[in-house]
Amino acid sequence: MQIHVATTINGDQTEYLCDPDETLLDVLRDRLGLTGAKEGCGTGDCGACTVTMDGRAVCSCLVLGAEAQGREIGTVEGIAAGESLHPLQRKFLEHAALQCGICTPGILVAAKNLLEKNPEPTETEVRFWLAGNLCRCTGYDKIIRAVMDAAAEMRGEAHA
Amino acid sequence: MRYESPSTLHDAVALLHAEPGLTRVLAGGTDVLVQLRSGMVEPDLVVDIKRIDGIYDIAEEEGGFRVGAAVSGAMLDEHAGVKTAWPGVVEAACLVGSTQVHARATLAGNLCNASPAADTVPPMIAAAATARIHGPDGVRDLPVEQVGIGPGKTALEKGEMIGSIFLPARPAHSADAYLRFIPRTEMDIAVVGAAVSLALEDGVISEARVALGAVAPTAVLVEDGAAALIGTTADEQALETLAAAASASCNPINDKRGTVEFRTDVAGVLAKRATLIALSRARGEA
Amino acid sequence: MAFDEYDSQNRIFTNVGTRPVRPDGIDKVTGRAMFGADMSAPGMLWGAVLRSPHAHARIRSIDTSKAEALTQVKAVVTRADFNEGASQQDVLDNCMAGEKVLYDGHALAAVAATSRRAAEKALRLIEVDYDVLPHVTDVDAAMKPDAPVIRESGGDESVPDGFSKNVMSMCEFGHGDVEKGFAEADLVMEKSFKTAAAHQGYIEPHACLASLGNDGRGELWVCTQGHFYIRNLCADVVGIDSTQLRVVASEIGGGFGGKTTVFIEPVALALSRKANRPVKIMMTRSEVFRATGPTSSTSMDVKIGMKRDGTITAGLAVNRFQGGAYPGSPVDMGAMCSFACYALENVLSVGYDVVCNRPKQAAYRAPGSPMAAFAVESVIDSLCQELDLDPVEVRLKNASREGTKASYGPRWPQIGLVETLRAAKNHPHYSAPLGPNQGRGLACGFWFNHGGETSVSLALSQDGTVALSVGTPDIGGSRASMCLMAAEELGIPYEKVRATVVDTASLGYNDVSHGSRVTYASGLATIKAARDAKQKLCGRAAKIWGIPEEAVVWEDGMAKPAGHNAGEHDPLPFAELCRSMGQTGGPISGHFEATPEGAGVSFATHLVDAEVDPETGATRVTRYTVCQDAGKAIHPAYVEGQFQGGAAQGIGWALNEEYIYGEDGRLQNAGFLDYRIPVASDLPMIDTEIVEVPNPGHPYGVRGVGETSIVPPLAAIANAVSRAAGVRMTELPMSPPRILKALKDRDG
Repeated sequence: MQIHVATTINGDQTEYLCDPDETLLDVLRDRLGLTGAKEGCGTGDCGACTVTMDGRAVCSCLVLGAEAQGREIGTVEGIAAGESLHPLQRKFLEHAALQCGICTPGILVAAKNLLEKNPEPTETEVRFWLAGNLCRCTGYDKIIRAVMDAAAEMRGEAHA
Repeated sequence: MRYESPSTLHDAVALLHAEPGLTRVLAGGTDVLVQLRSGMVEPDLVVDIKRIDGIYDIAEEEGGFRVGAAVSGAMLDEHAGVKTAWPGVVEAACLVGSTQVHARATLAGNLCNASPAADTVPPMIAAAATARIHGPDGVRDLPVEQVGIGPGKTALEKGEMIGSIFLPARPAHSADAYLRFIPRTEMDIAVVGAAVSLALEDGVISEARVALGAVAPTAVLVEDGAAALIGTTADEQALETLAAAASASCNPINDKRGTVEFRTDVAGVLAKRATLIALSRARGEA
Repeated sequence: MAFDEYDSQNRIFTNVGTRPVRPDGIDKVTGRAMFGADMSAPGMLWGAVLRSPHAHARIRSIDTSKAEALTQVKAVVTRADFNEGASQQDVLDNCMAGEKVLYDGHALAAVAATSRRAAEKALRLIEVDYDVLPHVTDVDAAMKPDAPVIRESGGDESVPDGFSKNVMSMCEFGHGDVEKGFAEADLVMEKSFKTAAAHQGYIEPHACLASLGNDGRGELWVCTQGHFYIRNLCADVVGIDSTQLRVVASEIGGGFGGKTTVFIEPVALALSRKANRPVKIMMTRSEVFRATGPTSSTSMDVKIGMKRDGTITAGLAVNRFQGGAYPGSPVDMGAMCSFACYALENVLSVGYDVVCNRPKQAAYRAPGSPMAAFAVESVIDSLCQELDLDPVEVRLKNASREGTKASYGPRWPQIGLVETLRAAKNHPHYSAPLGPNQGRGLACGFWFNHGGETSVSLALSQDGTVALSVGTPDIGGSRASMCLMAAEELGIPYEKVRATVVDTASLGYNDVSHGSRVTYASGLATIKAARDAKQKLCGRAAKIWGIPEEAVVWEDGMAKPAGHNAGEHDPLPFAELCRSMGQTGGPISGHFEATPEGAGVSFATHLVDAEVDPETGATRVTRYTVCQDAGKAIHPAYVEGQFQGGAAQGIGWALNEEYIYGEDGRLQNAGFLDYRIPVASDLPMIDTEIVEVPNPGHPYGVRGVGETSIVPPLAAIANAVSRAAGVRMTELPMSPPRILKALKDRDG
């Protein structure tokens, strides 16, 4: 029997029905049309499906849709404020921090979550925080630079 | 498959006990969902324990800490008290998987998954932690080293579940540490894990517990290794004896993650290195 | 003709060489870019594929009746639902097994159902009766005369006697007399090497949405590197006319060569035809590892003779590559690349193409070359150590240069190997001090690069903007490069051009986005199409001015009267000519269609520092520098990205990545947990030096850059690790257990 879930996604009250064994990732993508979160592995090893749940970055492939009842979910679709991109989004574009772009949504969600907890991370802290977000295109160099630069801008420091 | 999210431990146990088919307890879900997705298990009932009152609590008790079954690694990391008392347990919890996994995965879940390579089990054993098990016949406490009885197998009976983990009080001048070997810097399953908990008296090791992971069907308490440290300052001779004892206690397998030879050698190396970290912490140096 | 000369040498570029934001950027940072699995259709079903658990087995029978009986199941297909007369028999057989399954993961049936979970559950109801056969997964074992035979037909006439039927073919390249060369050497060294199969590891699993009627007309949305090519493959395998299938390339989440063929696409089409509904299939990660195309695992012997002054007197390489269960491993390319970096008088490189019970290999970034370079560059490094010679100087002494004869035949045109070596030598990295347990490795690499069939169309709009249609899927930011080149040529701002990867109904045939060909070939075609449009614009200006067409030139984005008409009329800017085109002769488009053959070869030199933990065998890459010839960097940020990405993939391949098969012939690590690609915390920043030795075969001098960057890393890291550990590592990956064992063996 399907389960009725009432939750908040990117600030919007949302209700859906889902199967008991259906993941939050499948709900977002297949029921709600939020295809920004990607399935790269389905086992929590790649981070492409990263969303936030009550302010923590999680792999939505490792969360049941039913678990979202009453929680606050944040996805890549909710990062920009209207037409204004988040500093991380802008810096990813300026630094060419994406090639194919499949890992980008998960990395942006995870990086935003990091900067909310630690506005001044070291390069090493950024690398370890994002270790669960695989990127096969870039070698991470430009991603790390973009995150560091966005953090500096968000702290109000001069453009790096 | 049914999904239930009871609000009391009593109800959770009743659900698990009443279900004649296959059941799974859902805490952080980082193992259970992988099993579901792969079709490895097809449970009839999943009991999500995260709506249970108090299941996220970290409570001080007899100078130690009672950690609720849904407390994630990230929550432990944010708890100054636990982090100060049991840095080895916390660092192990923050080695399991990614940031995203730390946000969900729990000590109790890591223990119940009963992987020989579970990162948090050796430091919990070194810490002499106990699991509080709730079941149809009431509540019982079991030392952590008695919970896992083989790969994927626990001592929990039908209808039982872990409600909390108890990390005991620790004496002055004592500390723990956990190190694991993985091929990458993150995201791997331990090839070898080594936890050491020790206490100092006048600069000499007065108490020690050493535990290893991923070198046998269950985590191993290395009593000879602890004995090698007690009464010493972890000098070179003591460390060599410890390393030999650690290697001798290994009963590993060759698999895709490492060889018998590698695991046996590295167990000794990591036991030494973890001892030095714990020692330095106990001395207040780190 | 006026616009067609090669002019990069002295040209001052305005757009090319800048770093604008890519046109697909906002879509990709906001989550709205549509990848393979992101498209759905009304009434859509989900497909799932049943795969063999056996490495080698005869299929006695398949009973699908229980699956078909489920109400959620709308179609089940097996081999009988495909075109048995397909011309691409191996492609057909790999997509859907016939009499035998040839590897763990080989597809043999598929289901379409109302949900993905229902389809997967239905698979478990399909009953297959297997006659399990002996199997072999190691290349050396597969070559032995008594090995289990995968294909009874055996190899071709090039295979010498005494080998198993699993050896499909042998190839040889070289010139001179290697025995004579070895006799002239002061030191001859011979070593054997092995490399494990590595997977491209793209983060996006294969996915497609197919819709096909029984009239043979259909649509396919798919993540692919070559939608024209796979249109033809799909049409062949399901038995329809190619142009009746319109293929749309989605955004693609990485390919690296692995998305240049078909796996699930014909299956989705066959299911759709049978169910008469759209069908989506998305591979799981486990399926990606088990049943797509990793690269070959290899076994190689290399023998090199060197004089005391560093002169290489002869080189001999024997390369044995298994390519999975079907012929076609890249051993020929590997053998051609073995000694491509060196100008040798005596050289011979041999290759054996071997089949075994593994998934058919697919292209992986410079197929064959990284392994060949690993073996050759390792022996050269050992010789440098033995003879106490500087690794850069030795390579400079022997380097291929313009005019020298390549080991595989041709004489080199203008090439940039020496320049990359000099860049490495002059880089601060080369002389930086090393810490304890650290070693520095250097290696060179080569890749051919490719031209390929290319068709581009460039349509002008009345508002002075340009719609550029290309047929090569954008796998690394190529739309930005195309816009830059079109803007450069037309003399208009980058933002005025929109590049779109259009569907198969909208352009002539385009070869796959492979062979580092996109910026070269689609770029060349874009420039030529823009020149075609400029010619037409000049014609319109001539018409307006009433002067001959030849008397009009295009400069700074404007048509200007030239010759004796110079100054007679005010120049007509691009936008103005666009605005009036309806009145001056109608719509204007530029076109170009050709198979350009001037893809310039590319060389690179990599420098790497590695630190080895002597107690655990763990390796950390502490510093990495890539020096590579790009010919001309159109968008330097994306050129750097290719350099860095290739290096990172090479680091993974060198240290941790491998296909691990059990005794039972089953893949043991079909997931990102145990197929260990580098994570962010594994890597340092990766320095890049873009060397620009222009390619005379491209109007701006472009050379492909995507593949060469993965050629040197295996060798460079092996050289660094071997120097750090004090023991020569000859087998990849150099995993900690392997290094620790080598250290223990060294110490007795």
